[in-house]
Amino acid sequence: MARAVTTQRKALNTTLAWIIGLLIFFPILWTILTSFKTEAEAIANPPVFLFFDWTLENYAVVQERSNYMRFLWNSVIIAGGSTILGVLIAVPAAWSMAFVPSRRTKDILLWMLSTKMLPAVGVLYPIYLLCIQLGVLDNRLALVVILMLINLPIIVWMLYTYFREIPGEILEAARMDGAGLKEEILYVLTPMAIPGIASTLLLNFILAWNEAFWTLNLTSVDAAPLTAFIASYSSPEGLFFAKLSAASTMAIAPILILGWFSQKQLVRGLTFGAVK
Amino acid sequence: MFSKTVLRATSAIAICAAGTTAFADSHATTITIATVNNGDMIRMQGYTDQFTEETGIAVEWVTLEENVLRQRVTTDITTNGGQFDIMTIGMYETPIWGANGWLVPLDGLSAEYNVDDLLPAMRDGLSHDGTLYAAPFYGESSMIMYRTDLMEAAGLEMPTDPTWQFIREAAAAMDDPENDINGICLRGKPGWGEGGAFITVTGNSFGARWFDEEWNAQFDQPEWADALNFYVNLMNDYGPDGYENNGFNENLSLFQQGLCGMWIDATVAASFVTNPNDSEVADSVGFALAPNSEGVDRRSNWLWAWALAIPAGTQQADAALQFIEWATGTGYIELVAENEGWANVPPGARTSLYENPNYQEVPFAQMTLDSILAADPNNPTVDPVPYVGIQFAAIPEFAGIATEVSQEFASAYAGQQSVEEALANAQAITNEAMEAAGYR
Amino acid sequence: MATQHSRSAARIMMAPAVFLLLVWMLVPLSMTLWFSVRSYLPLRGGDQGFVGLENFTRFVTSSAFWPAILTTLIIVGGVLLISIVFGILLAMLLDQPMWGQGVVRILVIAPFFVMPTVSALVWKNMFMDPVNGLFAHLWRFFGADPIVWLSDASVFSIIMIVSWQWLPFATLILLTAIQSLDSEQLEAAEMDGANPLARFAFITLPHLSRAITIVILIQTIFLLAVFAEIFVTTGGAFGTRTLTYLIYQRVLESQNVGLGSAGGVYAIILANIVAIFLMRIVGKNLDR
Repeated sequence: MARAVTTQRKALNTTLAWIIGLLIFFPILWTILTSFKTEAEAIANPPVFLFFDWTLENYAVVQERSNYMRFLWNSVIIAGGSTILGVLIAVPAAWSMAFVPSRRTKDILLWMLSTKMLPAVGVLYPIYLLCIQLGVLDNRLALVVILMLINLPIIVWMLYTYFREIPGEILEAARMDGAGLKEEILYVLTPMAIPGIASTLLLNFILAWNEAFWTLNLTSVDAAPLTAFIASYSSPEGLFFAKLSAASTMAIAPILILGWFSQKQLVRGLTFGAVK
Repeated sequence: MFSKTVLRATSAIAICAAGTTAFADSHATTITIATVNNGDMIRMQGYTDQFTEETGIAVEWVTLEENVLRQRVTTDITTNGGQFDIMTIGMYETPIWGANGWLVPLDGLSAEYNVDDLLPAMRDGLSHDGTLYAAPFYGESSMIMYRTDLMEAAGLEMPTDPTWQFIREAAAAMDDPENDINGICLRGKPGWGEGGAFITVTGNSFGARWFDEEWNAQFDQPEWADALNFYVNLMNDYGPDGYENNGFNENLSLFQQGLCGMWIDATVAASFVTNPNDSEVADSVGFALAPNSEGVDRRSNWLWAWALAIPAGTQQADAALQFIEWATGTGYIELVAENEGWANVPPGARTSLYENPNYQEVPFAQMTLDSILAADPNNPTVDPVPYVGIQFAAIPEFAGIATEVSQEFASAYAGQQSVEEALANAQAITNEAMEAAGYR
Repeated sequence: MATQHSRSAARIMMAPAVFLLLVWMLVPLSMTLWFSVRSYLPLRGGDQGFVGLENFTRFVTSSAFWPAILTTLIIVGGVLLISIVFGILLAMLLDQPMWGQGVVRILVIAPFFVMPTVSALVWKNMFMDPVNGLFAHLWRFFGADPIVWLSDASVFSIIMIVSWQWLPFATLILLTAIQSLDSEQLEAAEMDGANPLARFAFITLPHLSRAITIVILIQTIFLLAVFAEIFVTTGGAFGTRTLTYLIYQRVLESQNVGLGSAGGVYAIILANIVAIFLMRIVGKNLDR
């Protein structure tokens, strides 16, 4: 930045940003803290912030009641599988839309987005009946496919906008150097597209991980992911804030950690072509 | 570089996903049970290992919150999806599903199980045309739970069969806003099984009914206005703030924290409020029959059971039946009594439990039994009705209608509309839906 | 640049995605249309026969229909407004030099990773509970009567919960857009004596218009389908019943699949009206 910034101004910015950041993050922080309290401390007034007897009891209770690892594993497979499958199908489509645009390209893109507008609750019975016919209830592969289809429009769109930022001149230069289609994709486009693909993968992994309608309604045991796990903790009897917090923390921790480590990649590609 | 790591990690996942059958069970037979996440059910899950040891049958639990459970099992049973070998359902679903042939009749129960030991009210409620379709895990009615210490301080004595008028008087005397004590806590939360159930039985005890014998909605009748006005005034004067959001769990939590003078709710709550581990008022809780309005020959107590049923689509009917015998038999009750004390056994299902001298010493045992016996699903109201059921009408359309009606009422509790408007809306919603279903 | 050869190659490359989405659109859509003209009552044994357009008239004439449409628009509009206004402010703040920028950015985007069910449960119980919630404690600390959020301010509460989840997304996209703003242009304007407000209105905002459009488009698609947040918190009571929730009530609570499917058709129509409206703007903004 060309402009000199006074330390005073920087301090002001820092304070303000930290206050707002902490406010936004607070519900998550509070949930994590509460998960280490006893039930009585969880509802104490005035609330205790840090100075309480930290306990792992709630986690023990939750772990005893449900096989967390199985739910986690299913979430990883379903979210991961649907994301990879989606990107594999979307990359060629987005590539051809970005580099060989036709008059109908934009219409096709908008049509793709419009397929996301059918409300899921309205088609629960049809889809459920279909799954019975195909024998794929409580099946991870079926959920991988369904979540892939749900997110495919977003994936295509995101990749399309990203690919479009790649200047066509580079391709032409490569072609003049005698590169074929294969070389063009492999050596010219892929390296440039990787940040976009990485952030697309991440965004869709998050969306698939948090999808809570189909993953809950089409599974029972073998394919049930963390969204089903949390459904068994939402309103137990008596005091339950601490146990709810523990279950919530367990449900969101993996994705939160992944998100934090990869936020730079996520941000870099998450432009949807918004940057001129 | 990060993106390479991502690609590598994700492709590893994809490979695993393709080939995995992780966590597959080595047991010969596995049954899958869909159940609700309340205390007694969760306790049972803890003992499942014993069942597996005895029989070699492994058990997979699908534990869900009540609303999600209903949505899951209803979708599965109506489409014959076959996802579950045992479903936890209630007294509302059982006769309807049984009549449709969706449940395996439980006529193969062993002599040892002694089906005649089930309380007649429970057995009737879980049967259709005399055939039992679900075995009660626990049964409940509703009753008054009150703070004996506050009652004494107020200089009042709770009769065993109080009226609503007395309840109001007692609530006024115990209400103590300065110490955060509400005179009374009652359900107001929308949902047919939550506030809907409570206001329906309150209506019964004021002489109101859902339908006349031609299935016309009766919310335009004076009895409903009396009942709803009484409830709203009582709760506005002496109830907690935001009672329109309180259901069973919220009220339980309030009562356990000592914030309620009285609470009228499910009899199973008695064991939670008298359990010193969870309740701050464990040693000062008294019990009484649910009230009626003066001169009305019906009390406001309901009848409900959480029961285990076998869907007709299962491949494991025999193993499922074995589990049901284990979970709802006397052996399980003894197992729990031995490990956690008699107060914590699943109540309300068997006659023999109430004849057991050990159980008779439990403070709420007699009142629970009396409440259950006082409920008659075949004659729930003063005026005759075409339906069976106390806090519900056992027709498929009821759950949907009653949920919407209870939402209208809850808006009135919240002060967003008047009682008259709520009743008029309820009347319109109900008649509209009954017409759509072809009753009228 | 596109040759005949590359055009047909492009078509082949697009084919799988287009074909799959076509199937994914047509199968449920045709099933919905089929059910919407039948009386399909699962608890009464399933299909009761053809009823013409009865489900469609019944669905719109129900007293719940127009309020549900209104609620849907209020919730979608409210969340969009909050996430864009605060998103812009937040993005501008995060663009300033400061210490610990990376950490602050992590804090701000965290809610986006939280499952809707979890966030609704946490907000409902640990913050909005009128007795034990943190807000109630806070209100009492200042001597005020706690607000019963989920009934007295029900729609606002839902908007708040959903906004909390989507603000990070808006902020991220707006932030990348702001970072690409030419700072020399701003400085030139500053030297010309333009005050900060004018600089924002005539330089920053036009620069962000594209990013804003994209935020609106993507969020609207997701917001029209908001379900878990309502299911967990109010169950559709206290005026929070959106069109999606009304369909849920018809299909699952009333077990009337025909009626719910008719509602589904209306939802598609509403979504497309909104979409066409949006596409007009987006289309204009996407053609640079």
